[in-house]
This record gives sequence, C-alpha cells and structure tokens, in this order.
Amino acid sequence: MTPGGTPGAPGVVVVTGVGRYLGAHVAARLAADPRIERVIGIDPATPGPEFAGLLDRVERIRLDLDSLGGLLADLDVAAVVHLALVTAPDPQHGGRAAMKEQNVIGTMQLLAACQRAPRLRKLVVRSSTAAYGASFRDPAVFTEETEPREVPRGGFGRDILDIEGYVRGFRRRRPDVTATVLRFAPFIGSTADTTLTRYLSQPVVPTVFGRDPRLQFVHFDDALEVLHRSVAEDHPGTYNVAGPGVLSLSQAIRRAGRVAVPVWEPGLSGAAAIARNLGFGRYGLDQVDLIVHGRVVDTRRLTREYGFTPRTTAAAFDDFVRAHHGGVVVTPDRLAAAEQVVLESIRQVRSAVRDRT
Amino acid sequence: MTAQNGHRRLTTTPAPASRNGSGPDPTVPATTHPTPAGSGSAASGAGSPVVERPGDQWDRRVASGLAFLRRRLSGQYEVDEFGFDPELTGTVFHPLLRLLYRDWFRTEVTGLEHVPADGAGLVVGNHSGTVALDALILSAALHDQHPAHRYLRLLGADLVFRMPVVSELARKTGGTVACNPDAERLLGNGELVGVFPEGFKGIGKLYSDRYKLQRFGRGGFVSAALRTGTPIVPVAIVGGEEIYPMLADIKPLARLLKLPYFPVTPTFPWLGPLGMVPLPSKWLIEFCPPIPTAHLTDSADDPLVVFNLADQVRETIQQTLHQLLERRPDPFGP
Repeated sequence: MTPGGTPGAPGVVVVTGVGRYLGAHVAARLAADPRIERVIGIDPATPGPEFAGLLDRVERIRLDLDSLGGLLADLDVAAVVHLALVTAPDPQHGGRAAMKEQNVIGTMQLLAACQRAPRLRKLVVRSSTAAYGASFRDPAVFTEETEPREVPRGGFGRDILDIEGYVRGFRRRRPDVTATVLRFAPFIGSTADTTLTRYLSQPVVPTVFGRDPRLQFVHFDDALEVLHRSVAEDHPGTYNVAGPGVLSLSQAIRRAGRVAVPVWEPGLSGAAAIARNLGFGRYGLDQVDLIVHGRVVDTRRLTREYGFTPRTTAAAFDDFVRAHHGGVVVTPDRLAAAEQVVLESIRQVRSAVRDRT
Repeated sequence: MTAQNGHRRLTTTPAPASRNGSGPDPTVPATTHPTPAGSGSAASGAGSPVVERPGDQWDRRVASGLAFLRRRLSGQYEVDEFGFDPELTGTVFHPLLRLLYRDWFRTEVTGLEHVPADGAGLVVGNHSGTVALDALILSAALHDQHPAHRYLRLLGADLVFRMPVVSELARKTGGTVACNPDAERLLGNGELVGVFPEGFKGIGKLYSDRYKLQRFGRGGFVSAALRTGTPIVPVAIVGGEEIYPMLADIKPLARLLKLPYFPVTPTFPWLGPLGMVPLPSKWLIEFCPPIPTAHLTDSADDPLVVFNLADQVRETIQQTLHQLLERRPDPFGP
C-alpha cells in the first residue's frame, strides 16, 4: 500500500507519450481521479498547444525514454502506463527508423527502468490487435490465446510482437508487478485522428479488389475508460479491447457516404512500398494487410474481468460518421429521395401504359 | 401465395430460367430483376380483365426491391463476426441457387427431420463434382426445405479464402475457414455447421472413382463436435459426381497454377466458358439419423474415439450413397 493511495489505485502514476493525443487524454483523466495522488507525464517533445489545457494538473517531464535511468525509483512510482507508441512512420520525424527506435528500443528502456523501480506495482502497456498478424488461414475471430501464424509484413505489427515479447520477459523477472497488456482495435470516434480515420474520411476510398475485410473499431472514449480502469483496478493479463460486432469495409464506406474504388492488391502493396521508400504518405503494409484480411477479436475476457463493454463497432463508427460530414458523396437522405423518385416514375409509367391500353 | 406465383411464372417461361441457370452470375440479374420484370408484367397484365391485383403485387415488389437497394447502398444491414450477411444471402444468392438445385438438378431432399430445428448440429457430407457446387446446393436446399429454414455455415478450404472475390462470396454466404477454433465457435453459438472432410480429395477425384468416399483426414470435425457435444448428422449427396465428370487431371498444369488439380471433362477446357455449364444430373440428398456426442465430451482428444466416430460417419454416408444410387438408375433421369 503506498501512502495516500486507496487499495488498487496507485499513488504516483507515470504516463509515457503525453505529447500525443491518447497519452494527453489518459494523463488528464488519471489526474482528475481523486484516488490517484500524482500523475507525471513523460514525453521527449513539448506537448502541442492543443493539449495544454488538458495537461494542467499533470506534472510534465521532457525526457527521452533512454535517459529515464533511476527516475522511476526516485519518484516512488507505483504505476507506469506506456502509451508512447508510433503506429505509422512519420516522414517528417525520421520515418520508419525513428518509429522502430521509439516503439521497440523505447519500450525496452522503459521496462529496464521499471525493473529497477522497487515500489512499482503496476504496468499497463498499450498494444494492438495487429499482434495477431494477417494470414489467409487465420480463424475468423482471435481470442487472446491465438498465436500469429506468420510474422506480419508491416512494421507496426512487427514492433507490437517485439513489445509484447519484452513485456513477457518483464513479467517473468518481476512477478510482483501487475502487468496489463491491452490489445486495442483501431481507435475511432468524433475526435480521434488516426491513419485509419484519415483513410476513411477521404471522399474516394481505395479498397482491394475482391476483398471485403471485416473490421472492428473501439471508440476513443471507451479506450480511455479501459485504460483508466486498468490503472485504478487490478487486471493482470492480456485483453482484447474492441467494440462488439463487425462492419465490413464496404459497409463502413457506404455508411460514411464515401465511394469505394477497388484496386488490384499487388498494385496496392507496390504503391505502399514505393510511397514508403519515397517518404510520403503514412500508409504502409500494415494498412494494406488490414484492408485485405480484416481483423476481428473476441472481447469476452474484457467484459468478464472489467465488467465493462465498449459501445459496439457500429455505434462507434456512427459517431465518427456524424463528426466527418465533409467529403460525403452519398447520404442516406439523398438515397431515400432517389428511391422515391424512381418508385414514383415507375408508377407513373405503368399507369400511363395502363391508361393507353 | 405470392412466392408460389412467382415460381410458377419463372418455370413456365423458359427463357429467363434457362439463362439464369446456365450462367450463375451472382450479382447482375438479382439486383436488376425487379424493375424490368415489374414493368413487363404491367404491360402484359393490363390486357387481362383482372388489372388491379397483379398490378399491386408488382408495385410491392418494385418498392421492396428499391428499398433493398437503398439499404445495401447506405450500408444499413448486419454482418456477423464471420462476415455472414443473411440479407444478401436470402435475397440474392439463395434465389439463384434455387433455380440451379430445383429446376436444373431436380433435387429431392429426404430425412430433413434428422436435422435439428434449433441448436448446434454438424452436418457431414460427401464431396464431389470438380467444383464444390454440392456444398452450395446443400445449404440452399436445406434452408429452403427445412421447416426452421436454417442456414448452413460451411467450412471451406484455405484455397477458397486465398482467392479474391471467391473468399468474400464464401464469407457473405456464411462460410469460414475450416479450422477448429472457427468450427467450435460456430457450434458454441448454436449454429448448423456443414463440413466435407474429404476436401480436395473428394471433389478432385476422377469420374471412374465416383461415389467412392475418400480418406477423412485427421478427423478434426469429430473433435470439434465432441468438444461442444454437438450431434453429427451424416448426409449423402448423389448427383454431384456427374455435373463435371473429370476424365483426367493434368498435374503439371495444376502445379503451375498452384491448384490441387487441373480437370479435363467432356466439355472443359474444350468448349471454353461453355464447359463451365454443369451437366443436368438428377440429385438426391438424404440426411441420416444424428449421431449424439454429448456423452463423449471428455474424449475429444482421444484419437481412438475420434477415428472410430469418423469411421462410423464415413460408413453411414457410403452405405446411404449406395442406397440412393439404387433409387436413381439413370444419372440424367427425370
């Protein structure tokens, strides 16, 4: 029991990656929880002005994960929430090399520091359903026990496998620490801004010819709730976090009022590889694999252990659609109007024909 | 009543029926058919003394067809976690398959009382026909003729899910990859699952080996049934072997194209696309009494129990096949 902390809820919490959207929101939410004494945000960069208001009550330390040293031990840290992951290479910030440096090496260094922190009781790591890879022989629904059949082609998928491997090692070395790994489905919502939301908000969405993957999303607010509960309560283990239910990609594009343009798959993979080599665009093989294979996970363990069910994939997606009006090509109202026009004109033609005979 | 009228009309006017039957193109005819059929019928129906009643019926059809199109285009339909789209299957795929199994193959189904009306069941059949048409015919006939109109969730080979377009058609009609996690998940959800344990050995066999059941693999389907305590319903399908009689298998070409076999039939590849038209054999489907497995749940990992049960299923299907063949002396009879 750390002084001041209620059982379960830790006293001092360190959140990595507070310079990014997810990290800033999680840190703000933990700081608003009276059970938690101190929230310390770590990020190598100064958080952007858009997060300044959010991070009022969060102590911020500008620090690279490799210079963490004995900081966690000195601060008497009881819980670490590791969110500093890069999901897609950013050409302006070093591309894939920097992404791997941050994801893999950063996690290694954080876990090394965690191992030397004697008061640490809890570790929460953000992972992704990309941990299941992508293969044609995959089962339709992944449970937490499903092993990937082959190493993913995409960089992010490979990083995730490495990160989870380090967490497994950490669990062996520090069995006294409650380690929670959360495999999130892609985030969506009215405010989330990710590679996938940008992809789906284009007026014309490229898809893969002959493939209609099954997708799942998790609403950003539900992801926050699960992260919050992971810190405030004890939930050791690995959990899939996704909205129940499924949308197929074609269905999602239609619900968003966009137009799908099927592209031949080898062409798309080639284009993604060229784009990456030339250093533009954030779409990579991770995204291509997702829109070829799709990804659906079983969330029964989350519901059982957390007593919380995220809103459905369809509901989360509706929230995204409402917030992204721009670029809509087809709306349900226009379709309904067109339906009425066609129906009326058919009726008129038929009655005209009947009158003449 | 309305459905019967529609069927009679389709069978008495040969032109659209035979055209649809010979070229099973899954999307084009079904999405466009309500409109031309509606206006055509209004023109012909206007001459008859009873104008109002058929007119109303066609109006309803046009309206429901348009509403269906609007729902599809705005994405307002449900897909389950395996990708099964009941609306699309019921509105587009099954009507097409109905033409094929009822009018082209004259299929007779018996023993439907052995298929459970609710809860899980594992339907195990013999595989045949060079192209796995028997699985589709079985699922459409079962859905149409079973009193509870149950959907058969088929388990397909990896190759099916590797191919673009085909993989999505398989998922949308309720299929998924044949693997134990998926089979057990479907059975655990109380679904009716269809499996063909012979796999490519069954559909890729030569015409001279017709109705000889091939090896049943490792019996993975039995352990899935045992783990979930699901009854196994063997089904014998006669007629599939004659639709594309495979005279030879060009193995080097198959290896080149990465296919399990490359068939040569009396019409394929000689006649090109025309060789894809299945011969109109007479089909008989018989469901056999279910084999209960609820008392064997603990033996799911016992190879002896699994192999014995797989053998029992295999023997049942083989014997039923012989009985059905005696009932059908002429493969192309009425």
